[in-house]
Amino acid sequence: MTTVTKEAMTAKAATQNACKLCNPLGACLAFRGIEKCVPFLHGSQGCATYIRRYLISHYKEPIDIASSNFNEETAVFGGSHNLKLGLKNVTQQYAPEVIGIATTCLSETIGDDVPMILKEYKALMGSAAPLPVMIFASTPSYSGTHIDGFHAAVRSAVMTLAEEGPKRNLLNIFPGMISPADIRYLKEVLNAFGIPFVLLPDYSKTLDGGPWAEYHRIPPGGTPTSAIASTGSASASIEFGSTLEAGKSAAGYLEEKFGVPRHHLPLPIGIKASDRFFATLEKLTGKPMPEIYEDERRRLVDAYADGHKYVFGRRAILYGEEDLVISMAAFLSEIGVLPVLCASGGKSGLMKKRLLELVPDLEELGIKVKEGLDFVDIEREADELQPDLLIGNSKGFAMSKRHELPLIRIGFPIHDRFGGQRLHHLGYRGTQELFDRIVNTVIEQRQNSSPIGYTYM
Amino acid sequence: MDTQNITLLEGREKQVYEKKPGGAEIDIACDTTSLSGSVSQRACVFCGSRVVLYPVADAIHIVHGPIGCAAYTWDIRGAVSSGPELHRLSFSTDLQEMDVIYGGEKKLYRSLIELIDQYQPNAAFIYSTCIIGVIGDDIDAVCKKVAKEKGIPVMPVHSEGFKGTKKDGYKAACSALMKLIGTGSTEGISKYSINILGEFNLAGEAWIIREYYEKMGIEVVATMTGDGRIDAIRRSHGASLNVVQCSGSMTSLAKDMEEKYGIPYIRVSYFGFEDMSKSLYDVAALFPDRPEIMEKAKEIVRDEIRKYYPEMQKFKTALTGKKAAIYVGGAFKTFSLIKALRTIGMSVVLAGSQTGNKDDYRRLKEMCDEGTVIVDDSNPVELSKFVLEKEADLLIGGVKERPIAFKLGVGFCDHNHERKIPLAGFVGMYNFAKEVYESVMSPVWQFAPRKGGLS
Repeated sequence: MTTVTKEAMTAKAATQNACKLCNPLGACLAFRGIEKCVPFLHGSQGCATYIRRYLISHYKEPIDIASSNFNEETAVFGGSHNLKLGLKNVTQQYAPEVIGIATTCLSETIGDDVPMILKEYKALMGSAAPLPVMIFASTPSYSGTHIDGFHAAVRSAVMTLAEEGPKRNLLNIFPGMISPADIRYLKEVLNAFGIPFVLLPDYSKTLDGGPWAEYHRIPPGGTPTSAIASTGSASASIEFGSTLEAGKSAAGYLEEKFGVPRHHLPLPIGIKASDRFFATLEKLTGKPMPEIYEDERRRLVDAYADGHKYVFGRRAILYGEEDLVISMAAFLSEIGVLPVLCASGGKSGLMKKRLLELVPDLEELGIKVKEGLDFVDIEREADELQPDLLIGNSKGFAMSKRHELPLIRIGFPIHDRFGGQRLHHLGYRGTQELFDRIVNTVIEQRQNSSPIGYTYM
Repeated sequence: MDTQNITLLEGREKQVYEKKPGGAEIDIACDTTSLSGSVSQRACVFCGSRVVLYPVADAIHIVHGPIGCAAYTWDIRGAVSSGPELHRLSFSTDLQEMDVIYGGEKKLYRSLIELIDQYQPNAAFIYSTCIIGVIGDDIDAVCKKVAKEKGIPVMPVHSEGFKGTKKDGYKAACSALMKLIGTGSTEGISKYSINILGEFNLAGEAWIIREYYEKMGIEVVATMTGDGRIDAIRRSHGASLNVVQCSGSMTSLAKDMEEKYGIPYIRVSYFGFEDMSKSLYDVAALFPDRPEIMEKAKEIVRDEIRKYYPEMQKFKTALTGKKAAIYVGGAFKTFSLIKALRTIGMSVVLAGSQTGNKDDYRRLKEMCDEGTVIVDDSNPVELSKFVLEKEADLLIGGVKERPIAFKLGVGFCDHNHERKIPLAGFVGMYNFAKEVYESVMSPVWQFAPRKGGLS
């Protein structure tokens, strides 16, 4: 898909209230999930500062992002000097094991050859002291969205560090951009299956950690470089993200380069998608699903029965990252909520195709799937579609207020509510939490609008 | 402790100063660009322009560039409007790869026409972002063309992120305002009139200030830019005096207006009882031929302080002896905060700003107690080091500083653009004291590692 298609769709030149963020943000987030890594943006100071501020408002954790701090000279003569100086300074002050370098629109537009600069830097520094590992992701903000930056950083981490070796009993899991609580859940599941695994990126602690006695220049936690190195000898990879293509993904690289089979799954939201995930784990480990997850599933099926009447026939507008929207739409379809519009600011060109695989009757149901939308487009659709619910990140609040529609906050960013980093979305547990929240939203609305004021709903 | 080992970055030594008996003269190397690789708390030129112009509520603000700059500044500030709310929308030309290659002028033009038709604003501000400075779009020409076609002012704001610091962004914003000023009629403006500059109406603060001045019998022609309106800005050259808060962002505009229209200006601050009172007295003193203005100012001060004094004493009793660290954007605010904190019994152990100048830092040194650390353009590592070493009970800063305080178990007060409770004016001082009290005295800190809790 190109811009032309988008404009034909929306007939707008400008983007108004974007339903997406820029490429480097995703890279910074992913780099935060590597142990002892400092994210470093090659561009102007503002990029790093804005992205820090944006991430902080969701995660409520200090997030240091270094910048090569372009000035006019840098923009004219190239960013080589600033990048090298910046790397030296970050190394001195943060003593990182890894520096995750991502470009910005500025450094990409002036055509800085970052890999070449890094090579020069390494040569310049000689072998006096061991240098941090440098992972580089190209993330020009004029193409793609934050999700592309996220995947580019993960893929680049693996390309930089993964080593070939005899296959061993090890599972890679690349879950994509999920909440710290979801990461912890996945780790718990994999531990319960008893299989050694590498989860990348793991920001469950770095972006949702405990109090500090002293300032940590780099917060504790994250996937260790040694673990990333071992991904090349894993027996399989699981990768979430319906629209994530092998050519852009970490698991895709490992499959191509080291023959590690890639098991590509949608984000496991809802019973069917979670079943698929657990079935994959059963197949890969040769073990049955641990009893505690059987129980979680049973409770979820029971809850579906208990709550089905509240939600059946409700109409929802879903928006956010394409992969999240696709999996959420499939989940809503299995509880009788109609996702009348599935919208994203992303433009993979794959959204409808992938959703059709999960909800084959989407055309008959009248579900609209639209890429490249902004919130003004979504609001126009809302006028026409008359939904009962909005489901997505905090950026839909203005629309929800204007239309007096309840907003169920999921994903990122959630900066007008507390605890976004601790929300579950994945597996039976995450689905349970989402289902409870949706049912309660409907109940609350009914209770509030009832003149009688039932205390039993 | 780890903080003992924190070294200042090479090149940062000159931006940190500790006031000691018999110590060296203060000579902070400020006004520099941030060091590459240092995690500065600063932003960029674009950020400076965007914060200054953001509250103009009946104009559309279009960010020309890829999506990031517009996305991160969408509805970002607590600047409120009494009428139109166009400033709370985020517009971007959302440049794509092809636009970067072939230029973004056409897309900018189409975007402008479309948005002006859709929203019928009284003006449009077009912000250039980094790559516009590199791909060479002639945004001035596009703005001129659209202004002619649509019959409204279309102001280019040259705010390419890399072309200086946040201060240069302020200047770019001021020069855009300067082009508007003088284009409206000054008919009917009173001799006893002012413009309020550098007040952004966060949480309705400009309304509070405006009310004080109006009670004194002074006409407020324009507030720039809080609850800002294009027509008011256009006729603001008819005011007799410019009253400038937030010195960093608006002094250059006041100077330009003085030069071009002969309007004198004074610098004020609305934070704390002391400075708030002074800002009313200073204005009244400039209208000596109408003594009732001063009388009224005195009455307001008396009434307001009487209203809040008893509660303030309660806060003071609880907070006396507690220590604060201040790290905010402009140095002028730091001065007021030091005084405000003294009012509630607190001392200041760290004072710093992102953009202070040499004079600011000299003055800061004079105001501070022995042992106070003064920093320019600091970073999280340094801030934490000093907060812990000096055993601060409170950090005052913005969103980027908040998690640092909370991680370390230190109270926090947001004194930046995103605050939702007014901190200016007499009522603002009360709100400030209350917020500080609620954060510093919270029982949750008993679990913090620095108070013996587990980390």
